Amino acid sequence: MSNTLTHPAASPYSDREQHAVANHLGMWTFIATEILFFGGLFASYSLYRWAYPAAFVTGSKHLEFWIGTLNTGVLLTSSLFMALADLAVRAGRRGALRWSLLATWLLGALFLGLKFYEYHLAAKEGHVPGAHFRLEVPQAPQVELFMFLYFAMTGLHAAHMIIGLGAIAWLLWLNHRRRLGADHDAPVSMVALYWHFVDCVWIFLYPLLYLVR
Amino acid sequence: MKAPHLTARVCFANYAALMVLLALTALAARAPLGAWKAPVSLGIAAAKMALVFIFFMQLRYQRGLVRVFALAGFFWLGIVLTLMFADYLTRGWLP
Amino acid sequence: MSSPVLIPPAPVPGPRPPDYLAAGHTIGSWLLTLDHKRIGLLYLFAITFFFAIAAFAAALMRIELLTPAGDLVTSETYNRLFTLHGVTMVWFFLIPSIPATLGNFVIPLMIGARDVAFPRLNLASWYIFMLGGLFTLYAIVMGGVDTGWTFYTPYSSTYSNSHVMAMAAGVFIAGFSSIATGLNFIVTIHKLRAPGLTWGRLPLFLWSMYSTSIILVLATPVLAITLLLIVLERCFGVGIFDPKLGGDPLLFQHLFWFYSHPAVYIMILPGMGVVSEIIAAFARKPVFGYEVVAASSMAIGVLGFLVWGHHMFVSSQSVYAGVVFSLLSFLVAVPSAIKVFSWTATLHRGHISLETPMLYALGFIGLFTVGGVTGVMLATLAIDVHVTDTYFVVAHFHYIMVGGAVMAFMGGIHYWWPKICGRMYPEWPARIAALTIFLGFNLTFFPQFVLGYMGMPRRYHVYPPEFQALNVLSTAGASILGIGYLMPLVYLTWSFFRGRRAGPNPWGATGLEWRTDSPAPEHNFAETPIVTTGPYHYPVQP
Repeated sequence: MSNTLTHPAASPYSDREQHAVANHLGMWTFIATEILFFGGLFASYSLYRWAYPAAFVTGSKHLEFWIGTLNTGVLLTSSLFMALADLAVRAGRRGALRWSLLATWLLGALFLGLKFYEYHLAAKEGHVPGAHFRLEVPQAPQVELFMFLYFAMTGLHAAHMIIGLGAIAWLLWLNHRRRLGADHDAPVSMVALYWHFVDCVWIFLYPLLYLVR
Repeated sequence: MKAPHLTARVCFANYAALMVLLALTALAARAPLGAWKAPVSLGIAAAKMALVFIFFMQLRYQRGLVRVFALAGFFWLGIVLTLMFADYLTRGWLP
Repeated sequence: MSSPVLIPPAPVPGPRPPDYLAAGHTIGSWLLTLDHKRIGLLYLFAITFFFAIAAFAAALMRIELLTPAGDLVTSETYNRLFTLHGVTMVWFFLIPSIPATLGNFVIPLMIGARDVAFPRLNLASWYIFMLGGLFTLYAIVMGGVDTGWTFYTPYSSTYSNSHVMAMAAGVFIAGFSSIATGLNFIVTIHKLRAPGLTWGRLPLFLWSMYSTSIILVLATPVLAITLLLIVLERCFGVGIFDPKLGGDPLLFQHLFWFYSHPAVYIMILPGMGVVSEIIAAFARKPVFGYEVVAASSMAIGVLGFLVWGHHMFVSSQSVYAGVVFSLLSFLVAVPSAIKVFSWTATLHRGHISLETPMLYALGFIGLFTVGGVTGVMLATLAIDVHVTDTYFVVAHFHYIMVGGAVMAFMGGIHYWWPKICGRMYPEWPARIAALTIFLGFNLTFFPQFVLGYMGMPRRYHVYPPEFQALNVLSTAGASILGIGYLMPLVYLTWSFFRGRRAGPNPWGATGLEWRTDSPAPEHNFAETPIVTTGPYHYPVQP
């Protein structure tokens, strides 16, 4: 019988410890790629903030400071619950795993809800770059540049959040099917690393976008 | 003998520290810090990220190789920024 | 300490555990396979297909260039042809070529493992690659892109009326395939080495692949975000490369080349690794200066990230930054040169035999040296100002990519062919093909050095009449090169089914991959091998 997706052969690992370390190395390598992926946007942002400091202040002041701050708190809290989920799976506590994953998911969804509400407000006030941009401020083209970066960076972050929510939903389903436990905790650990990293991206986006004064 | 690992207590302590830093950074935005605003807010962000990396992402309890992998991305990002700014700072492009 | 190692005796006739080819004949057993060897073959079919498309575009270009006038195609069409050629060759042939085919096939065998670290990710990477290819094919079929493979702004982001978004999407998606492959190899080499296979005993192909994998995972994401930004700019009508908003089109070039320069090392490092293996096997000697060659592979990988500005010397980049990039570019040539010296020293007083893999490896050394030396010329700011965007540059990178990387790829395919299909390719047709390729290649591209130096610009389908003779020579060479590439397609396919059966180690080479049957068994090794010596422990007892 051939070694296929439906009939996989034995794993190439000789023990669980080796497999666990391999998983961690793999996930951190992936996180390194994400650092460079967002990094291109951060590099562009750095350039234009250095070039147009006043326009960036103007742009930042037109963002919703309180929603951004609240959202940062929401994400940090979601990370707490994700860390607790990781502890729960390793202790084999399925119930605790369920509610901590659920809490993480709900907080993540809350973040996205607030974010899309923010986008809606921005669209209404003509902050979206392109044909409908209509902010009447000094250095308007550079403020539009700031807004482009704002939408690109938070949009990319939101896309990662959506993927994260999908991953957590998958974990909830796996848990429901009793396929997670102390000896099968890799999915939770790996998704947790991803989720915390996406939180870290926001930790930087927050001051870069909302706190430019 | 179980290796050192993350506990619920550390999770909650870490969370508390992160929320304090969040409050700090929100306040700092409104404080009269002048040219120090950017370094302060970015410094606080870096501190938050370090806390998440070390505790929530459990780098504190991992072997050295994993930590090297974790830091590699930042080092390479540093290369992008450094050499890119080497161009812009010496070019007279600023309008 | 190189004591001879016993090779297991030739296989006893009788029922054997199924080799990986016999273990399942359905389509599903191939399309859903988790076996790294089958995935390597899936990639091989895919990249051969894309190579054919890109080669066809090149053929049309070379036919157009037979005459000074633009009489075969319009300039618009010519722009789309060279873009198609570049995009397809770079991202759908060269980047995956050695890593995803030979790397996937050989790496677990070479380290004594049953498979790569993440077999399902490996299969996913092939599907992601094919999806990216589909988007690119769609863009081609709908009329193509005219920006050049480099997608420079503001033309690509604002003014071009071609299918930039579809093609950018195709490359973006294929990039994730690269990242997945690199990630898999890094973890595989770290965690799945057989007992006794320390870093200091790794065959040099693995050192090269490790360095390549680092580049794959750290450079590709920057390309991804850059292409995404172009797509966004086309969607919104404004973007960060747009001077109307105070943006700098040159920012695109910085981000693009931050990836694309290391990308060329993705294309050449695996080839260097293959050449090290072949030279050792066919000179029957350990590679001279093993530690230095391994260190050079790592040095190339790291230094390669520091030189991207040499693609931007005349772009209005700061002259001071240009000087820094020029100096760093000289530096990155050093480890490459060290490898060439090392291979030469390995050949010295070796017990040399000139089978086909060795012919390709020797060709590589000569042609890569020419390409490398002209690279140092181009790294010299003052020279580059004159020859940038001329055929000199085109010749330089084809010497490296074709004279180097493709020759190494062909050498590796022939070298590991017995392990792949359990049969030998026919030696004399293969040697003739190798020589045809070598001659055709030089006839195609050497005239282009002269043309470029004389001032013929690249990406033009018309040229002054005094350049015609050299262009005709180049096209003649291209025809010969084309025949040279068709020959292996024919005899390798034939030999897959009808070639002379091969034993476990037809070359008498060192390396764990030769300590198991040909074709490789489904799970690679009956028992995990234990390594007790360094690599290249010649002489090997029969």
